[in-house]
Formats: sequence, structure tokens, C-alpha cells
Amino acid sequence: MRLFSKKQRRILPGFGLSMGYTVFYLSAIVLVPLSTIVVSAFGIEPERFIAAVSSPRVLASYRLSLSSACFAALFDAGAGFLTAWTLTRYRFPGRRMLDAFVDLPFALPTAVAGICFAMLYSPAALPGQVLARFGIELANTPSGIVVALIFIGFPFVVRTVQPVIAELETEIEEAAQSLGATRWQTFRKILFPHLFPALLTGVTLAFARSIGEYGSVIFIAGNLPFRTEIAPLMIMSKLDQFDYDGASAVAFVLLLASFAILLLLNGVQRWQEKAYR
Amino acid sequence: MRYSFNTTVIIGGLLIAALLSDTEAHAALAVPANVTLLNVSYDPTRELYQSENASFARYWKQKTGQTVTINQSHGGSGKQARAVIDGLDADVVTLALAYDIDAIADSRLLPLNWQQRLPQNSTPYTSAIVFVVRKGNPKGIRSWDDLVKPGVSVITPNPKTSGGARWNYLAAWGYKQKQSGSAAQAKAFVKALYRNVPVLDTGARGSTLTFTQRGIGDVLVTWENEAHLVIREFGADRFEIVAPAISILAEPPVAVVDKNVARHGTRNVAEAYLSYLYSPEAQEIIARNFYRPRNAAILKKYAASFPNIRLFTIAELFGNWRQAQKAHFSDGSSFDQIYAP
Repeated sequence: MRLFSKKQRRILPGFGLSMGYTVFYLSAIVLVPLSTIVVSAFGIEPERFIAAVSSPRVLASYRLSLSSACFAALFDAGAGFLTAWTLTRYRFPGRRMLDAFVDLPFALPTAVAGICFAMLYSPAALPGQVLARFGIELANTPSGIVVALIFIGFPFVVRTVQPVIAELETEIEEAAQSLGATRWQTFRKILFPHLFPALLTGVTLAFARSIGEYGSVIFIAGNLPFRTEIAPLMIMSKLDQFDYDGASAVAFVLLLASFAILLLLNGVQRWQEKAYR
Repeated sequence: MRYSFNTTVIIGGLLIAALLSDTEAHAALAVPANVTLLNVSYDPTRELYQSENASFARYWKQKTGQTVTINQSHGGSGKQARAVIDGLDADVVTLALAYDIDAIADSRLLPLNWQQRLPQNSTPYTSAIVFVVRKGNPKGIRSWDDLVKPGVSVITPNPKTSGGARWNYLAAWGYKQKQSGSAAQAKAFVKALYRNVPVLDTGARGSTLTFTQRGIGDVLVTWENEAHLVIREFGADRFEIVAPAISILAEPPVAVVDKNVARHGTRNVAEAYLSYLYSPEAQEIIARNFYRPRNAAILKKYAASFPNIRLFTIAELFGNWRQAQKAHFSDGSSFDQIYAP
């Protein structure tokens, strides 16, 4: 404590108190609940653990969850970027309305979203029939899962990119233009490098969220073994068979994956900061 | 204020009790005036228990003078069992299959022989597994064999997550095994059947919605009571029930959770509640909610709702629920095998 107080003189007091609160909060709200997964996962004999997480059905579900989360996050990168750009750079009537709509996927219960998708793309509904005419089937297919995950991840990208675009002064673009850069060069060399770290953060958040998403996916997925079973469903179905060990083993691997992604994100951000300072 | 009022009542009650020396007054003093029970049940019994609870409350009030309030909790059978294991304070459990109550017994909340404590495998009502098809039965579905025909789309939930789905699966398996006498043929039959299943919802109600609202599938395999609910909710002009000639006798059992009633002091009323389900009044309510009553006379009275199906039991073909679970639904068992690529 003394070490800190000597070095860091702050105008506002209360570092000790707020630090204590932060540690307590993180422990009580985040770490303790998650540690139960780790504790119970370590309580399983190694052979059973490996058998649980490496059965072909579970592996297929990991593959599906990761790949559909990846596709959805990539789509969100493009769509979210454009939306953020439009909402920050242009003034038009109804802008605030549109801006508020972006947050809906955060607020709406995911199950409600899931049921909406399932209804919309079913063969009984018009959108489903129209898509079917073009040979696109979303209900009970992996593409349906991607559609649900695009919805879930979208606001993460918009909300992380938006403030950075707002900070970018238009003068920078004008300067680039006056120095003879083409429009494409201005975007690629000047704007994009500034926005990239934020975009990456948004996409990674969307991706991490999508891996664990259950409510909105379950209604449209179809849940067929080896084809449309997502990893969180494997946890649920193991729990329903009272296989607590198997469930925590699968959950532990998901937890590791999420943690690895977030760690990677941190690393990339630090590298970015260094590169553009 | 409230405290002193209560104290007055209690002291007054004690005085009156002391003055009256007959046993009635003593009995009345020994039980509190109000008692609450929690019935943890599975998904489709919501309407059934609403009626049963009102009926039992009247009966109990008349018999003992005590006012009983019964709270209901509904959800997927496996999830509900897990909630009770994890501490949900159920006085009684009324679940979709015995295996789920076995799991509660494994956590020592009730004795392992719970199913012998009440008549008829502790199941006061039963059901059958039947088909619901679209009006006019365009695919001409009459029997289990029609479900494996190419081009027929079958809706049934995921047996890993739904109790009803396990009855469906065992009904199909049992049908073929009885017909052919071979387990291998039964397995090939369910494999063919599940190849016709485009979606495995997590629960029976989910499958009902997929079939009725989302318009997916040609036939819904479900509980008889759920099939009647579909007709009542969505209209006989859109759907019809097809009863196969052979099906499984679905026995959703009931049990008192000993550890919890001991703690609540509710053993008497909880046991009376479950026994009441076997009474003629309760059996009538059961029949009116399209569950098959155990009482033969009442079953006969409502025969119009319950077509004659040859019903086989779990015990007849699969031993008991623990064995059925192990052979067909736990990881690596027959259900996993039929899906293995």
C-alpha cells in the first residue's frame, strides 16, 4: 500500500477502498461462480473428462458452435461497421430511433428472439416460403444458427466502433485528400488503421458471446445430433441426464475457449496500441 | 401490534383448548390452520393439477378444517428433478417418468423403494403415446410403420432432454420389438424413424409448437393428453388424433419427498394429497384432463376419449426405468448409436 501511495498522488482519494471493492466485486460476481466449474472439472477422473469432451458428438457440437460464431462475427464486422459509420457520420431524420434499435438485441430476452426467428423462417410463414423458393432453408439448419448469432453479436460491433468513429475528426480526411490521397487510400491508410482495434474488439466480443449463446439459437437450430447441436445444448442435455461431471467437463472447455479468445484480444490490442502510437 | 394480537389469539386458543377436554380440540391445536405444499411437476400437467388442487383443498378443509394451499412448479421433467436435487423445496414430485424420481432418490431425499409406496407403481394416472396429423390425414398415417416411410416428416422432441420424448422412443422401439421379436430390428426401425425427424426440440411443448405453429412435419408423436390439448387449442378443423393399434403405457409417477416434508412438518397432508389422486373424484378430474384414470369404472365412463390401444409397459419390455435409461439414453447408448455417422 505504502509503495503505491508514495508513487501515485491522486487528486481524489479512495484508491484502497475502490480497489478493494473491485477485487471483491470481481470475485463475488464473476470468479466464484466460474471457479465452481473449474473445481468440479478438476474433480473428474482424467479418463472420464477426456471421454466426455472428446466424444464425437461433443466434438461436432464444438465445431458447429465455433464455426457458426465465426461466420456470424465476420458478417457483423461488415454490417456493424457500416451501421456505426452511418449512425455517427451522417445526420438524418430518425437517426436516434435507429440508434436505439441497435441495442434491442441486448435488451430482448434471447428466447423471444429465437422464437421470432423460428416463426419467421418456418415453412408456414411467408419469409420462409420466399427463401425456400431460392433454395435457402434457414429453419433447423446451421445457416439458421448463424442468422440468430448475427442478431446477437450485431450491437457489440456497432457499440464498440461508434465512439471511435465519433472521435475521428473529419479534418484528417480533408488533410489526406489535400495531400493527394485517393478516397480509397484515405480509407485504407488513414481511417481504417484507427478504427481497426475497436472493430476487432467488437468482433471478438460478438464471437465470444456467440459461442455460449443458447436461448436464441435453440429454437431455430433443430438440435439434431452431429448436424445442428450447439455446444451449450450438449451441456444442457448432459445435465438433464444428471451427468453433472460430463456437463462441467464440456463447460470447462467452453470456458477455456472463451478465456483464450479474450486473452488473445488483449494481446492484439496491446500490439495495436504500440504499432499506432 | 400484530405480535400482541397473535399472542392474544394463541393464549386464547390455549385457554379454550385447556377448557375443552375432548380429543377433537387437541387435534385441531396440534395442526396449524394453514398449510402450504409445493408440487413440482412436469410440463403438460399444469391444467390437471390446477383442478386437482382446488378439489383436494375443498376435501381437506372439510375433513380437517385446515386450509391447504398447493403451489405448482412446472418444467421439463429432468430439469425439475435436478431442481429438487439442487434444493427446490418440493413436498411432492409428480414427474414424467420414474427415472427422474429415481435420481432424486439417489440423492437420498426419499427412499429407493419409493415406487412401492403407492398403488400401481405410484402412478394414479397413465397416458399413451399417440399421433397427431393434419386434417384429413394427407399422408395416410395409421400405424408406427407409416412413420418410417420415405417422405414422411415426424416431429418428436429430443430424448436426451425430454421425458415425453423418451416414452415416444421406447414406444416405437417396443412396437417393433414386439412385432419382430428382435432388438436389432427394433433398433433399425427407430434409426429409420429418426431419419425422418427434421428437428429435435428440447421439450414436448416445443415439439407441439413446431408442429402446430411453425407448420413443420406431417405427424406429431406425443402424449395422448397433449394430443387432446392440441385439438382443443388449435381446433379439430386443423388437426386430428390417430391412435396406433399398439403403444406404450406411459406411467408418470408421484412421490412424497421425505426429507422435505419432515422438515416442513407436512407429511400427513402431502401423503393425503397423493392418496387423494386415487379417489373417484380425483380420477374424474384426471379423465376430464385426458389422462387415463386407473379407476376402471371411470375409464369406462370416459371411454369416448380413450380409444382402445394395446398398451405394453416398461416392465414388460425394458425391465425398469434405470435399465431403459442405461440401454437407450445415456451417453453412448442406443440413441447415440442410431445417430452416429
